[in-house]
Amino acid sequence: METAPTIANAPTLAQRAHNIRRNALRMGEVQGQGYIAQALDIADVLAVAYFHAMHYRPEEPSWYGRDRFLLSNGHYAIALYAALIEAGVIPEAELGTYGSDESRLPMSGMASYTPGMEMSGGSLGLGMSIAVGMALGLKRKNSSARVYTLFSDGELDEGSVWEAIMSAAHHKLDNLIAIVDVNNQQADGPSTEMMAFEPLVDKLNAFGWFVQRVDGNDLDAVVAAFDAAKSHGQAKPRIIVADTLMGKGVPFLEQREKNHFIRVEPHEWQLALGALEAGKQS
Amino acid sequence: MNPTVSATPPGKPRLTTSAMIASIATEGQRTKPAPFGHALVELARNRADVIGMTADLGKYTDLHIFAAAFPDRYYQMGMAEQLLFGAASGLAAEGFTPFATTYAVFASRRAYDFIHQTIAEEDRNVKIVCALPGLTSGYGPSHQATEDLALFRAMPNMTVIDPCDAHEIEQVVPAVAARQGPVYVRLLRGQVPVVLDEYGYKFEVGKAALIRDGSDVLIISTGLMTMRALEAAKKLVGDRVDTAVLHVPTIKPLDAEAILREAGKPGRLVVVAENHTVIGGLGEAIAGLLMRSGVHPAFRQIALPDEFLAAGALPTLHDRYGISTAAISDRIKTSL
Repeated sequence: METAPTIANAPTLAQRAHNIRRNALRMGEVQGQGYIAQALDIADVLAVAYFHAMHYRPEEPSWYGRDRFLLSNGHYAIALYAALIEAGVIPEAELGTYGSDESRLPMSGMASYTPGMEMSGGSLGLGMSIAVGMALGLKRKNSSARVYTLFSDGELDEGSVWEAIMSAAHHKLDNLIAIVDVNNQQADGPSTEMMAFEPLVDKLNAFGWFVQRVDGNDLDAVVAAFDAAKSHGQAKPRIIVADTLMGKGVPFLEQREKNHFIRVEPHEWQLALGALEAGKQS
Repeated sequence: MNPTVSATPPGKPRLTTSAMIASIATEGQRTKPAPFGHALVELARNRADVIGMTADLGKYTDLHIFAAAFPDRYYQMGMAEQLLFGAASGLAAEGFTPFATTYAVFASRRAYDFIHQTIAEEDRNVKIVCALPGLTSGYGPSHQATEDLALFRAMPNMTVIDPCDAHEIEQVVPAVAARQGPVYVRLLRGQVPVVLDEYGYKFEVGKAALIRDGSDVLIISTGLMTMRALEAAKKLVGDRVDTAVLHVPTIKPLDAEAILREAGKPGRLVVVAENHTVIGGLGEAIAGLLMRSGVHPAFRQIALPDEFLAAGALPTLHDRYGISTAAISDRIKTSL
């Protein structure tokens, strides 16, 4: 699939998002733990990125013409693996190795381990700086490929992220599309209570970016945001502020007391998969 | 007593104190201007992948020479060292060979995690070239990179090089460009002494070189301490002390074979000299190597003390902290 479908096909994307959630839950069950609430919240954004917006070749993850996807928040690896499995970059059979010794799917994303993983995350706040360099590099090569980078609202606390935000605008990196997952949850509590990053849209506008804020769990809205980010005419970097719901798609996880590292009891993984399937049918 | 003008003895010229950048050249020493900048321009003529990047220190790392020659291959990243190295990783991922410059303090201290995670862990082909290594600034600890060798030595995948003079820097630039992977290079900038050409020296990554032989003392030195060691060796001739100098520009990977061969020769005091704290640099690297290899010569370290160093004029500070030529020869005489 070198070229993504050009017509938004909502039912198909919904199915993709569902499968990403299912893959993530199955990996979570392997280890009995994982950043599953984040995987569930970001599945819709990844579905749009991998099945609507981005160009890549599943059988050739290093294809020079691919759009780059930098996962800055490395603990979201379970979500990206789920998307890469759905995209055919990683065989589904590897799902059962998640987080195990010798697996290509470590719990925190690392570039050298996994096809389709473009950077080593884990230490938060790195991705945007790498994205600036890659976007500069692609321009040097006259490549039409884009750099996408996903980071979390907690990473907005890191000063380096703002160095890179300033730099991307300074260098007019219109080939850079960032997505920030605002689920308002980081390690010690609600993100906005850890560091007051709002009003985020005003800030990013002031920093010279083309900014859109959408419900990150509304597929139509996310599709429209990616389309607008790609087609925007000004020489500015683009960012999509995606407000998401932790645990999206599994009602009892959505309602669970919000926690960065959500606790799921051993018997609950099958219940979660069941709830996900039930939600799809309703 | 306040250090006022009257504290200067009459007739004695006042030393310039606390300068951020001071030449390490001694009076009358041959020098070359900006050897790194000129060598990078030479390299870039045949290597379209070579680019220059800096964090607001182009002029102070001699990268302005490159910027003038190749303005479209030069990236000014602003005073943002974390961004500098993250972006260098991104450019390397796209097939370019960035030479990223700043001061050694900022690369080793402020941006360490960025170099660790985005460059070393991913084995990106970034050349980190940093001015003001060790004690080469009178500004005090903010600008004195006394721990950089220890920090970068400890980082997997990183090659660490401390060149002695302009003759060596000119050779280091193409050599590190030819080596795949991350490299940290300590940079002498501005008017840089030329010393090693007299000895017919050739730089090779990972190779130590015996610059002169001698039967009483073996100085194993790196960086600018090799030119000090050679001066000390000449002085020591007058004291009937015959001194060998083994130059070790590559701190990592260490040339274990050459070091063990020279240190294993019987009857010589072994002195390791480096422009770096006594902790974690060349001295402790060699001590560990000798211990593991069962080679046990009489052993001394000439290095900076484990403390925050003073501000002041470099000659004063080099004397005070034991890395001037006079301090080296005195230390050797008292050790024999």
